[in-house]
Amino acid sequence: MKKSVLLGALTVAGLAAGAAAAGTLDDVKARGKLNCGVTVGLVGFAAPDANGNWEGFDVGICRAVAAAVLGDPQAVEFVPTTGKTRFTALASGEIDMLARNTTWTFSRDVDLKFTFVGVNYYDGQGFMVPAELGVSSAKELDEATVCIQTGTTTELNLADFFRANNIKYDPVPIETNAEAQQQYLAGACDVYTTDASGLAATRATFERPGDHVLLPEIISKEPLGPLVRHGDNQWGDVVRWSLNALISAEELGVTSANVAEMSAGTDNPEVNRLLGSEGNLGEMLGLSADWAKNAIMAGGNYGELFDNNIGENTSIGLARGLNAQWTEGGLLYSPPFR
Amino acid sequence: MSDISYVRTEMLAEQDPPATSVGAIGWMRANLFSGAFNSILTIVSLGLIYVVLSKILPWAFSPTWDATSLRECREIIAAAGGGGEHGGACWGVIRDRWVQLLFGFYPSELYWRPILAFVLLGVALAPVLFADHVPAKMMRFSMLYPFVMPWLLWGGSIWVPVGALLGFVIGYAVYSVVTNTMSGLLGIITGVIAAVVWWMFLTGGFSSILSGIAPLELDFVDSRSFGGMMLSLTIGVVAIGFSLPIGIVLALGRQSDLLIVKALCVGFIEFIRGVPLITLLFVASTLLNIFMPPGTNFDIIMRVIIMATLFASAYMAEVIRGGLAALPTGQYEGADSLGLNYWQAQRLVIMPQALKISIPGIVSTFIGLFKDTTLVSVIGLLDPLGLSNAIRADAAWNGIVWELYGFIALMFFVFCFGMSRYSMYLERKLQTGHK
Repeated sequence: MKKSVLLGALTVAGLAAGAAAAGTLDDVKARGKLNCGVTVGLVGFAAPDANGNWEGFDVGICRAVAAAVLGDPQAVEFVPTTGKTRFTALASGEIDMLARNTTWTFSRDVDLKFTFVGVNYYDGQGFMVPAELGVSSAKELDEATVCIQTGTTTELNLADFFRANNIKYDPVPIETNAEAQQQYLAGACDVYTTDASGLAATRATFERPGDHVLLPEIISKEPLGPLVRHGDNQWGDVVRWSLNALISAEELGVTSANVAEMSAGTDNPEVNRLLGSEGNLGEMLGLSADWAKNAIMAGGNYGELFDNNIGENTSIGLARGLNAQWTEGGLLYSPPFR
Repeated sequence: MSDISYVRTEMLAEQDPPATSVGAIGWMRANLFSGAFNSILTIVSLGLIYVVLSKILPWAFSPTWDATSLRECREIIAAAGGGGEHGGACWGVIRDRWVQLLFGFYPSELYWRPILAFVLLGVALAPVLFADHVPAKMMRFSMLYPFVMPWLLWGGSIWVPVGALLGFVIGYAVYSVVTNTMSGLLGIITGVIAAVVWWMFLTGGFSSILSGIAPLELDFVDSRSFGGMMLSLTIGVVAIGFSLPIGIVLALGRQSDLLIVKALCVGFIEFIRGVPLITLLFVASTLLNIFMPPGTNFDIIMRVIIMATLFASAYMAEVIRGGLAALPTGQYEGADSLGLNYWQAQRLVIMPQALKISIPGIVSTFIGLFKDTTLVSVIGLLDPLGLSNAIRADAAWNGIVWELYGFIALMFFVFCFGMSRYSMYLERKLQTGHK
């Protein structure tokens, strides 16, 4: 049996090699499912619930793309990837897109040959300390012991920050966020540093969150966004504009509640173009006219996704901050739908 | 007879042994307080056990079974008086997720299939493990089981495993016919070729035609849905099942006089043993993907199973080689003097003794392999350890560590301890030497 499956798989491999020359968009349509790479678990961004349904902010992006392409937000195969396997999974075609809180950096874009289609969350590295330490700025952390996840950009950012400010620190290397929580609570380190969203999520799980403070300094830029392979621009456009559709929808006041009503036609021509009642944007992308409407109905617009998964009403309680619309002082700025 | 006697003429009634040498007291004197040093050790150990239990028990006995989030657990514990000095355990996470820890993302209406597959595994193993107590005819089912299990777990058309099975039947038939009419070597070669031709070119047509005629199908379940203990067991069982025969062949090959066979076996064993399992898993999950044509979908669990099997086979080969080396040369010469050919000598004389000697090593390798299956979490498969991470990523359970790890440890302990006890039973049963 094993042998026959192996041989069968190899035969299929040979046949599939011919078909793979077609674009990712056609592959996804033919398969009827979007293979979307997510994390193996990060609070608020991606996690399976007790019934095995994936939920979270990154998961919402996957579902929106699946809805735009296939019309069904459930037509997603979630492929859990670790920090070590995520890029090869994407490069090898095992997944069609990666929505795994991945920082957009020069070398990942250029050297690893991926295309970041946008930013769905502007993060940055912060510090958490016990309130009783009486520290109000990261610059007062001279001689502090710092819990830090190894092998991440946070490690390098930390070294840069302390060197630039000419203060000393004592790193306590740890492997996972769960371990960091334990070590920090046990007092093995004075400071825990990682992405600010992660710090907020971690603090929310403490028995007495008020005993710990997040310091005001954000020492790095971590623009997190979905990415696709280099070289398939049509597919890159599909993912990019699905994300932009969610952002524009919030700007234009289109929500999952009123999208059905608005798609019949409104006075705002941009809303009409977005939702397909005017123009032929969907056709240009190679999708149906109601692609954006489906994407918005999947989990709501950007603001709704944010509020439901990581916003201030959830236990994580992140403020919009940099992730507010440009009209409200944030960085979210979708190019126009025209 | 004088009245004066120097010796007793009647026996005294038997007396009970002194109270200090029997019963609980006697046992304690013999085992716990047999000297000053041992008494001190006993008291110190009891103190240690007390300290550990006094911390763990109040933590473990915590009325949080019905909680739906860590926050609720904390409220319950606070209402109940704070638990022990380290708070209380939050068992709600186990109640909420134990099914997921066992079955991963397998569709819940199909849970009967993995359960049936593993119950049948017990049935299939019975004639192998307890040969004395089970009728030998059961062995036929054991032979069929490798075809039944994948069908139950993954589903699909029944004609695929039947087609795979037919390959063996055809290969064997060709082998018998050719061996009887021509030479044995030619028989083996043609038999293998016939089976391979069947698998490569004819099985597909065969199963699709028969599926058209009699569509006996189970719902197909994708490998991505496998997870939790079921994933560990699937990988572990298949790898264990295949690694023993492959290991025996490799061990024999390494001792062979045929240069090429020997070089191949030594090269394979040394290469695999020289590489960490985690490297092989990364090769399976990422490198193979790069080498294969884009768009290829070679089942990830199958890749992991193949790598785990190869890894365990190399270790198994060395364990069995140890058993072979421990046999006196007289056994080989005795087999030769009886006029047995190579395979007969191996089957009747050498292997039964060599394998018996190797039992502890073989079972250790099995247990090690089974525990190594948790390494698949580094390549993003959600085995119990991977799932514990995913469960913590649920905002309701973020921050829970010990309860999950404790539950997973318990599940693994049950299986590993079972294997270990079986190996001891087998050693006692096969004990023929002089004590």
